Amino acid sequence: MIDTIFIISAIIALVCALITVTHRNVVHALLFMVVMMLAIALIFYLLGAPFAAALQIIVYAGAIMVLFIFVTMMLHQGQRSIDQEHQLFSWRSAFLPMLLSLTLFIEVIFLLFTSDHQAIPVAVHSDTTKEIGILLFGPYHQLVILAALMLLSALIGAIHIATPTKPALGEEI
Amino acid sequence: MTLPLSWLISFSFALFAIGVFGVVVRRNLIFVLISIEIMLNAVALLFVAGSTLHPGSDGQVIYLMILAMAGAEVAIGLALVITMFRRWHSLDIDLLSKMRG
Repeated sequence: MIDTIFIISAIIALVCALITVTHRNVVHALLFMVVMMLAIALIFYLLGAPFAAALQIIVYAGAIMVLFIFVTMMLHQGQRSIDQEHQLFSWRSAFLPMLLSLTLFIEVIFLLFTSDHQAIPVAVHSDTTKEIGILLFGPYHQLVILAALMLLSALIGAIHIATPTKPALGEEI
Repeated sequence: MTLPLSWLISFSFALFAIGVFGVVVRRNLIFVLISIEIMLNAVALLFVAGSTLHPGSDGQVIYLMILAMAGAEVAIGLALVITMFRRWHSLDIDLLSKMRG
C-alpha cells in the first residue's frame, strides 16, 4: 500500500514540476509548484518524517511561495508578459537541453538498477521532533548560529539591492 | 513495510533533472529561480530519505538548514528580479550581459 501511495504522489510531483518548468504564465506555474510541494510533503510523511512534512508545507508552500507570488503580482503585466514569454521560450530551443538532462537521468537510473540496493524501512515514529530539537540544541548549535547569520545577511542584502537609487547625472536608465 | 531505496533516488534525481532543464531552457529570471527551488527540493528529499535509512535524525537537521538557505536565496534573488525589472522593464536574462558593472 505504501508503494502505491509513493508512486502516485511521485508521479503527481514529477508532472507538476514539468508543467511548472514549461508553463508560460508565471502565476499558473507557481500554483503547479505549490501542488508539487504538497506531493513532496506527503512523501516526507511516508518516510517517517512528519516534522519535515509540516515544515515543507508551512515554509515552502506557505512563506517562499508567498514571496514569489508577491513579486509576480508586482511585476506581472497581464497579456503583455505572456506574449513576451512566448518570445522568450519555445519548444524548439528546448529540445537539446531536454535531451541532455534526459541522458543524465537515464545514466543515473542505469547505475542505480545495475547495482544492488537495499530497502528503506518505513516506520512512523512520533518523537522525531523531540530528537531534532535535542540535536539542534546539542551537537548542531553552531549550525543554528550560522543559519541565523546567513538569514540576517540575506535580509540586509535584499534591502540594499532592492532599495531604489537615484540615477547619477548622465547615466543611461 | 519497506520502500526500495532506488525508487527514492530515481525520483529525487528526476526532479533534479527537471530543475536543471528549467535553468538551462528558460530565459525569464523568475523561472530560473523557480527551477533552482525544484532542484533544492530534490536534494532535501534525498536528505530526509537518508535520515530515515540511518538511525538518528541528522538528515532532517540538514533539511532545516536547506530550508533556511532556500529562504535566504529566494529573498536575494527576488530583490535582484525587482531591480532588474525596474531598470530594463523586462526579465530576459540575456539583457544581463549588458550590465557593464
